[in-house]
Amino acid sequence: MKVLLSGNEAVARGAYESGVVFASAYPGTPSTEILENIVQYEEIYAEWSPNEKVALDAAIGAAYAGKRALAAMKMVGLNVAAEGLFYSSHTGFDGALVIVNADDPGMHSSQNEQDNRHYAKFAKVPMLEPTDSQEAKDFVGLALDISEEFDTPVLLRLSTRICHSSALVELGERKAKKDEPKPFARNPAKYCMIPGFARRRHPVMEQRLKDLAEYAETFPYNKVEWGDRSLGVVANGVAYQYAREVFPEASFLRLGMSWPLPEKLIRDFASQVDKVVVVEELDPFLEEHLKIMGIEVAAGKEFFPILDEFNPGIVRDAAFKAGLVDETVEVQKVEMGDLPPRPPVLCAGCPHRPVYYMLKKYGLVVDSDIGCYALAVLPPIATTDTLGCMGASIGVAHGINRAGVEERAVATIGDSTLWHAGMPGLLNVVYNQSNTVTIILDNLTTAMTGHQPHPSTGRTLMGEKTVRGDFEALAKAMGYDEVRTVDPLNLEELEEALKASLDSNKPAVVITRSPCIFMYDERPPLYYVDLERCNACGRCFEIGCPAVIRSDEIHEKSGEAKAEINSILCFGCAVCEQVCARKAIHLVEE
Amino acid sequence: MKTMNFALVGVGGQGVLLASDILSELGAHVGFDVKKSEVHGMAQRGGSVLSQVRWGDKVYAPLVGKGSVDYLISFELLEALRWLDFLKPDGIAVVNEQRLPPLAVSSGGMEYPGEERIKQALSQASKEYHIVPALAKAQELGTERATNVVLLGALSRHLDVPEKQWLEVIEKRVPKKYVDLNRKAFAAGQAL
Repeated sequence: MKVLLSGNEAVARGAYESGVVFASAYPGTPSTEILENIVQYEEIYAEWSPNEKVALDAAIGAAYAGKRALAAMKMVGLNVAAEGLFYSSHTGFDGALVIVNADDPGMHSSQNEQDNRHYAKFAKVPMLEPTDSQEAKDFVGLALDISEEFDTPVLLRLSTRICHSSALVELGERKAKKDEPKPFARNPAKYCMIPGFARRRHPVMEQRLKDLAEYAETFPYNKVEWGDRSLGVVANGVAYQYAREVFPEASFLRLGMSWPLPEKLIRDFASQVDKVVVVEELDPFLEEHLKIMGIEVAAGKEFFPILDEFNPGIVRDAAFKAGLVDETVEVQKVEMGDLPPRPPVLCAGCPHRPVYYMLKKYGLVVDSDIGCYALAVLPPIATTDTLGCMGASIGVAHGINRAGVEERAVATIGDSTLWHAGMPGLLNVVYNQSNTVTIILDNLTTAMTGHQPHPSTGRTLMGEKTVRGDFEALAKAMGYDEVRTVDPLNLEELEEALKASLDSNKPAVVITRSPCIFMYDERPPLYYVDLERCNACGRCFEIGCPAVIRSDEIHEKSGEAKAEINSILCFGCAVCEQVCARKAIHLVEE
Repeated sequence: MKTMNFALVGVGGQGVLLASDILSELGAHVGFDVKKSEVHGMAQRGGSVLSQVRWGDKVYAPLVGKGSVDYLISFELLEALRWLDFLKPDGIAVVNEQRLPPLAVSSGGMEYPGEERIKQALSQASKEYHIVPALAKAQELGTERATNVVLLGALSRHLDVPEKQWLEVIEKRVPKKYVDLNRKAFAAGQAL
């Protein structure tokens, strides 16, 4: 039976069919839905780990235990987990491990663009790359077979477009060996990477790469599709699909295994076509290796861009410029003038908003982190000075404060992000005693990626009740004296806590705790503006709430528009009511 | 069959993704190869949403470029304009008559495009366009949430797919207690 599955759903299905018993991940766009779908298969134990490093270590442990394991993460997650990739490349496993890794060309939801094929070469492990959902499913099993046969972790590289596009997939049955505990396969010389043992593993890895390169020559998805031999296209991943549309007549070499490369197959292909072009997203990874082999590449990255995500239009345009096709798509020029943009914004009622409103008021340097609150970088809030990666905020604020600038620097970091990578930075502030105030924006969920549970929600991915991590106790245990918890929707309370923390001139933590609006069962009562009292001073607009809008009514003296509250968007947070000096904003009486 | 390309656009929360799910399932139900593509994450937060659906004997790319869409289905007037250059010159636009002013308009200084400008752009960029009161029809049926199925009903007039097959897919995709409502919503769309 064929069903429509996204790449992420297909990977989850592939894990089920290929006998995976352990899966771990930290949520991150575009790979989040892999674990959210794996959890439906009761044969698989699945968990959200606090971060990707822990997820990978745990999956490595499961593979050491002789089982089939999967760890999933977005591309920057592999930066966090890189150490696990490198040591496990040395040790191999008694069982098998596939690391599913999703790149995000075009940075739909990421802080940087990076091509994770380099990790395969760097860590000396094989990498598979599907071109659609069917292959995304099937490659999970292939990756695990390779992992078992060659005693290596295998990277399965997806991209946003593979993860979040759907295609028809033929389903199969689960093939699983008996899952009974057996004695741990003790072998310290293989699994303890002290220098003496690691030195003995390195030559094993080098030999493994040679064996894998041999295997790549016959890997069924490294495939030549003969067409017109005047043009030979080498392509991988979703770029292969775009190239297929743009060059319907050409000969193709599609590489389903992008490391190590099948040199003989590539040379044979190149020798039988008049010219070779390489169509790949992001870096010239294949192109460079073809050039190292001495193969002339007629069109590569000087036409097919390094930047951004491809689509058939971009590939066709590049092919046209390279003289490979006769025409490109004509895009209509429609006279429209400037359209008002519609970027994503913090929701009306979001408990993060008043925190940034207050930080702006105090003129602080704000070092921020990864989460919904990244939406505070741009207008209307525009109250963030630095934002790097998961957990960076606290270390950066500490460095700025220790080095010294005129203003004070504070860190803002979400609850899930604090558990992920914030704890060492938090410890550093108090250990090295800078006067950094860290604000933990605790909205009781992992909001940005779609409300996954985390270590202080009291729930696991599999829906079981568990302990709740305690930020107050954590900060105290680290040595903080200044720890305050406030409701950010109460501006007076929020301001007092912020001021007291700054005035203490000591390491301080402020926990602003209020649930994400998606955590409510019922929508709270709404607010409205009494237009008689409103004098169009505009203070409520400064909050930057999408529900507080300009009304059609103009204040006579100032000529400014009075405020109005959009009753569809309002979530009753009452922040506008608190900033209104005219007491013109009131609760709607039911 | 030559590949048929759809772009469904609107604002996060309007039901764009369910509509594109139904359209994809329908393509498969009729017997085509199907691909669908959308972006998750940031876009949920009230941002502009684009989902693409392709039907054909064999569909390679999950995406199309600008100038390649046969049918643009927009849930909102401004969003129709934003994605208009995806349409082929002989493409058709079906647009829900609804204005959702973004923040740049409601509390910033920008202006929402006027009716004339919207119609002029639509007629310039498409073979034909239809601005339909899908939201109003859905409200008559008692819920704004049915807007997406009303719009699909309006789209169905341009496609050579029997009504029976549409309804089979809709019944499969919506919760049982809403099947009747959605049948009515689809019929209301067909009548627009």
